[in-house]
Amino acid sequence: MNEYSKKMLKVPTYTLLREQDKDKQPVLDVRNLGIDFGGLTAVDGFNITIGPTEISGLIGPNGAGKTTIFNLLTGVYQPTRGSVLINGIDIKGMPTHKVNKLGIARTFQNIRLFTDMTALDNVKVGMHNGIKCSFASSVLHLPSYYRSEKQANEMAMELLDFMSLTDVADQKAGSLPYGVQRRLEIVRALATNPSIILLDEPAAGMNPSETTELMHQIRRIRDTFQIAIFLIEHDMNLVMNVCEAIAVVNYGRIITKGTPDEVRQNPAVIEAYLGREEGKTDAEN
Amino acid sequence: MAMKTLLKNKTTRTNGITYLVVIAVFAVMQVLNGAGLLGSSVKGYLVPICVYISLAVSLNLLVGICGELSLGHAGFMGIGAFSGIVIAALLQDTIPNDVMRLLCAMVGGGILAGVVGFLIGIPVLRLRGDYLAIVTLAFGEIMKNIVGNLYAGIDAQGFHMAISTSKMKLGEGGKYIINGPLGATGVQKLATFTMGFVLVLFTLFVVQNLVNSKEGRAIKAVRDNRIAAESVGINVTAFRMKAFVVSAFLAGMAGALFGLNYSSVTASKFNFNTSINILVFVVLGGMGNILGSVISATVLYVLPEAMRGLQDYRMILYAVVLIVVMLCTWSPKFKEKLSIVSEKIKSLFWGLFKKKEAGTNE
Repeated sequence: MNEYSKKMLKVPTYTLLREQDKDKQPVLDVRNLGIDFGGLTAVDGFNITIGPTEISGLIGPNGAGKTTIFNLLTGVYQPTRGSVLINGIDIKGMPTHKVNKLGIARTFQNIRLFTDMTALDNVKVGMHNGIKCSFASSVLHLPSYYRSEKQANEMAMELLDFMSLTDVADQKAGSLPYGVQRRLEIVRALATNPSIILLDEPAAGMNPSETTELMHQIRRIRDTFQIAIFLIEHDMNLVMNVCEAIAVVNYGRIITKGTPDEVRQNPAVIEAYLGREEGKTDAEN
Repeated sequence: MAMKTLLKNKTTRTNGITYLVVIAVFAVMQVLNGAGLLGSSVKGYLVPICVYISLAVSLNLLVGICGELSLGHAGFMGIGAFSGIVIAALLQDTIPNDVMRLLCAMVGGGILAGVVGFLIGIPVLRLRGDYLAIVTLAFGEIMKNIVGNLYAGIDAQGFHMAISTSKMKLGEGGKYIINGPLGATGVQKLATFTMGFVLVLFTLFVVQNLVNSKEGRAIKAVRDNRIAAESVGINVTAFRMKAFVVSAFLAGMAGALFGLNYSSVTASKFNFNTSINILVFVVLGGMGNILGSVISATVLYVLPEAMRGLQDYRMILYAVVLIVVMLCTWSPKFKEKLSIVSEKIKSLFWGLFKKKEAGTNE
């Protein structure tokens, strides 16, 4: 047990790294993370390690601090305690746009697309730092501008195609259906060329068939791009089927970590979701 | 074929139309001027119209594309005007060619305005919304007052500049370029309609190219959703700054042309009213709509001038026109009718174009 783990409740000491990730540096290493808002402790003693190609989930009742954790991981909030390492680099004091450049991209619970721009342009904004074109070249439209734009267009179309969004490329992002907007946000996050992608309730507002498709797509993203995925989701069907490791939080603290089966049977989880009650044995499903 | 793919792209098409409209109007005005059909008062409007078009388009970059409300655009215009006048006066002997001297003055005025824009951008761009508007408003007033108390002149020893009369000591035969509250007097009128046209084209070129590049996308992204823009690795402050500086630079250039169009210019010309006027051009032309800014700047500049005959009533009529336009553009019914008309015009235009193309294929 290291010094960070002292505060934690029952957390398994083993990590849930996939076989192929065993000897590699974790893409996300969070140690004893905590944040206070005034007197309120929103998150405390949060630890997690995510391997380079792991799909992990973060679940917990409403108001447990899940989105706050995502905001801490992406530099939107500065933590009061603890540290976040992305690919081994501490993000302490970094603004959000620099944290993104370290290789972490995210989607938002309440979709945040650039609503007045086309779907294609949304993806191209995501590729911003990957497009090699100087300011002068942008203003004067030098040959390098046309070259980089053509490349960006092709790549963006490929990414849209990957999430079957080719048809809506020219439509304004704000006019797209809800489920499509969610998928577009994932594409935009992917366009930043991340090594880990955080999905904040990707299935919210989707119908069952859309959710099933999303499950396949999440796995496909991992397999194709070889990146880690960390998701918050209330749809237990999706979480239990897609995630290889799950962390459960309540009141800003991790109450347990483990494989889907372990989490499902953990009495602490059942209590967090359903409250203490005699005779209850099954948490979800 | 290449033309066809180019025309398919909507943004290239709109940009092309904007250039075409500007070039066509310029050509018509040149022909009319050549035929001696333009009255002296109309001739007098030509350069200011070009200046206000450039100002409106550059402010549109800031207000429409970047989504920042600035009320101090006339301040940048003033910086450009007075520095342009000084530069033109200083270069009188070095560069005898009027056009070259005007160009130097415009570029110099633009650069100075851009630098000032950068400096005030450092603190100002930390603010958002109303605060930015208030600070830029104050900036415009401060600039007006500084320039209104500025003395600059040349004598045998060279260039002198001071902020009060007592400190300003010009030698024998010295000449004031800027004389405090009296403003710049005895300015050599270098501005021409052709240069105004070139300025408008340059402004359109810079703004439209910028908007259609990755920089422009980032600027629009910052406007649409700041948090999301940050999350995809865009430095929000840097892009607001880029838009601010480019806008100030273009306003400075336009200001220099404006200053060199009159024999005397006072600082009070660049007051809050001017800033608001430019903003009205942008708002009425449509936020982020470049061609709209061009048209509304032209119409709204000409309108009060054309109504001079109505004397006291002209500003009332001006206000009525503004209100009517705003009501009309808000009304869904009017919009519907407008779109029907524009569709008809479009189909007519494309019909002609297609016929032509079919003709060439045969």
